[in-house]
Amino acid sequence: MNSKSNITLTINGRDHSIAVEARRTLVDAIREDCGQTGTHIGCEHGVCGACTVIVDGLPVRSCLMFATQAAGKKIRTVEGLANGDKLHPMQQAFMDHHGLQCGFCTPGFLMLAVGVLEQDPDISDDELLDVLSSNLCRCTGYQNIIKAVKAAAKDMRKG
Amino acid sequence: MSAKQKFIGRSVPRLEDRALLLGQGRFAADISFPGQWHMRVVRSNIAYGKLGPIDASAALKLPGVHAVWTHTDVAHVPAIPFRLTGLKTLEPYQQPVLAKGVVRYVGEPVAVIFADNAYLAEDAADLIELSIEPLQATMLAAAQPGAFAPDLSTEPSILQKAYGDVDAAFRNAHAVVALELSVGRHSGVPMETRGAIARYDETRDILELHGAAKVPHWNRDTIAQMLGRKKESVQLYEGHVGGGFGIRGEIYPEDVLVCVAALKFRRAVKWIEDRREHLIAANHSREQHHRVRAAIDAQGHILGIEDEFFHDNGAYMRTHAATVPDLAAAMLPGPYRVPAYRAIGHIRLTNKTPCGTYRAPGRYESTFVRERLMDAIAAEVGVDTVEVRRRNLINKSAMPYTLGLDTLGTKIVYDSGDYLLLLDKALKAARWDELQDQLRKRRRNGEKVGAGVAIFVEKSGLGPFDTVHVEVKDDGMVEAVTGVASIGQGVETVIAQICADTLGVDYTKVRVIHGQTDRISRGMGAFASRVTVMCGEATRLAATKLRDKALKAAAELMQTNAAALDIVNGEIVRAGGPGPSMPLAELARTLPGGLSAEDTFESTHMVYPYGVHVAAVRVDADTGNVTIERYVIAYDIGKAVNPKLVEGQIAGGLAQGVGGALFEEFRYDDTGEPLSVTFADYLMPTAREVPDISILISEDAPSPLNSLGLKGAGEGGANPVGAALASAIDDALQRPGAVIQLPVTPQRLKAMLHQSR
Repeated sequence: MNSKSNITLTINGRDHSIAVEARRTLVDAIREDCGQTGTHIGCEHGVCGACTVIVDGLPVRSCLMFATQAAGKKIRTVEGLANGDKLHPMQQAFMDHHGLQCGFCTPGFLMLAVGVLEQDPDISDDELLDVLSSNLCRCTGYQNIIKAVKAAAKDMRKG
Repeated sequence: MSAKQKFIGRSVPRLEDRALLLGQGRFAADISFPGQWHMRVVRSNIAYGKLGPIDASAALKLPGVHAVWTHTDVAHVPAIPFRLTGLKTLEPYQQPVLAKGVVRYVGEPVAVIFADNAYLAEDAADLIELSIEPLQATMLAAAQPGAFAPDLSTEPSILQKAYGDVDAAFRNAHAVVALELSVGRHSGVPMETRGAIARYDETRDILELHGAAKVPHWNRDTIAQMLGRKKESVQLYEGHVGGGFGIRGEIYPEDVLVCVAALKFRRAVKWIEDRREHLIAANHSREQHHRVRAAIDAQGHILGIEDEFFHDNGAYMRTHAATVPDLAAAMLPGPYRVPAYRAIGHIRLTNKTPCGTYRAPGRYESTFVRERLMDAIAAEVGVDTVEVRRRNLINKSAMPYTLGLDTLGTKIVYDSGDYLLLLDKALKAARWDELQDQLRKRRRNGEKVGAGVAIFVEKSGLGPFDTVHVEVKDDGMVEAVTGVASIGQGVETVIAQICADTLGVDYTKVRVIHGQTDRISRGMGAFASRVTVMCGEATRLAATKLRDKALKAAAELMQTNAAALDIVNGEIVRAGGPGPSMPLAELARTLPGGLSAEDTFESTHMVYPYGVHVAAVRVDADTGNVTIERYVIAYDIGKAVNPKLVEGQIAGGLAQGVGGALFEEFRYDDTGEPLSVTFADYLMPTAREVPDISILISEDAPSPLNSLGLKGAGEGGANPVGAALASAIDDALQRPGAVIQLPVTPQRLKAMLHQSR
């Protein structure tokens, strides 16, 4: 049970060669083995979405995936969103619309929204609401998150 | 002439956001030290029973498992003491850090494991063999009290609060309205679970605890006392905190255990809670059962209120002791004239997770009770629910209004308010009359739609003090060091705004330091919506001192008098004209002692914001679902330092209020087995369930108790949500008084619909 295998995780374009047990979750590997602590753990059973990252273009709950399953795939985390000092339009929109308070769920919401909008830039408001209702936030009451994502969607379509 | 106000009252962007958006936050789990061990807690799986021997031999054989502790290993550590409302009679009911001879709830820590990593520690926990002889669990607080221990009842105390001649009020009443009401067990459930990382620094002889929140100084002093150390040799460090809501940051067994272990093993020891643990081990809240009666005259004026209630505090009395039932009793009269009042609160222990405060503690509960009572009075007298409230609201001319009750060591005096005016504003914002017409029409067409109103008084700004140290640093930044804490609400931004305006610098040039016990010797932390009020005023006082000092020193250097100078955008300039100028940082460098000032704001009275919620709902008879179609919140907080952040507090509070009103409930079976242990069965509202709301921030009644007129904004979004939704659901069903229990889950609503057929 405790034997480890060597894998490479590609996070935000950078390779991390690590040794993990088969049972190690992707989120633990990202945080503990690769030192990228921007991805958070909220429930470890796939409900809250705080650990959402983008794997090969799709938002994934990294607490429900084993690290070994992500080997060789392209993983994107919150640390890879900004371009140098310039925030990603989604990050900027969250700031402009007060879409975060404690900020713990925020990376998960950012990656969820970015992942979905990259796949479907013209997503309808109702579908978007469905998507956003898959993550939990305890501070904001969601309305500012929805406003931020809609504003960023406009920006992302332009840019 | 002081610098022109530029920041107070403006919705400037938050200083906190950038790091959090970049994934550079430092939450508890993000903190690690080389060579650290991980702690795993073994918890009771039995609600009530005699704890026999614990067999850890198999666990200890696992390579990388270093130690297993049970109560005997920590027998020298006292039970966790009270922080607030600590009645002497409650002390025998305090929680030991590891169970001693008896377990009292599922989730109670009985042993801890120390291992090289978290996975291994959890493996080891599975190998621990507990022997627990089950006893009959007490699950209902309103039942006859039983025995906590041979000479201790499960009713440690009965609270009494009263004024006026209640018996005469009932004797002379035109009618008496009586209700029996329940509020369900739910809690704050922040998105970040708890966490604590302790390490001992041998060279400095300092025990460090990281992952602190809410009340770092109090916890520092208490942990030092519990471990027999000088308080200067224990330091707490607050990083980012993923939501507080009352429950996070109190001292729990795990916080003490990592400290004891770090001292014993001379190793950093890290504990991060998992979600299942959080739902059974962190403070629950709210569960109360009320039997309330009102004596009224023929017009529905209240002559007196009597409330007997049962407060289910779970298995132990934790840090809040009697705080929640005390606040429930003290705040029940709310915004109405209640000439005579008596509350009898039975504090009861059951074999469930222990309880503490949760956003609007005691008030979510007693506002539900009071506002249900107002609706019942309306029905009794035959007037509408708004009119009955109008008839009873305290008039502006009665302010300041002495209620005749105490809570949290203070006398309740409503400092200012115009309740009728705010009610009118809220109804106007909700287009109430038009709404009533629409709802009537829709009901005629068979829809189950309705609207309700709830009015409440909040409390905030609890003293007794806050201290702020302000200093101009070499890098040109102004540093404001405080003993308050940030739980995600925007403390850094708001304090920076107040400091910036007072001093005459840009708010982005103010660095606010909080939650670090080694940076300031004392502080009160973040609870009771106190930070903006207490720390805000202390900041203004300290920054004023600093400004005076700076102008005086600059006047000497610039050979003029202080009155001729001003500070604008961080530069000392000639007031109202051109001339030489000097950056504050440069002035600070020229002064031998630098440029700093400290001041303290003391207050013996709380301040009392007040609000009105208006809700309109649609009930789906097939599914039992409640859809919130319209929601208006009017809240008077005297002065909003940053309106956008205030709106954020209100909207977030509402979401939590909706959770407790419609969805969230910690359920148990008859044997005390918890049934709400994942996010699949403890249902928090998502973006689908929380409505878009209209928020009206009103500033009609500034507090006379501080110079800016501030009142706290943290809890008014949550306080009356159960009450407002209950009223709206009654209206939708056209059955006054139908809702007697929160949460109104779809199952309960369907049962109500079934009864009404």
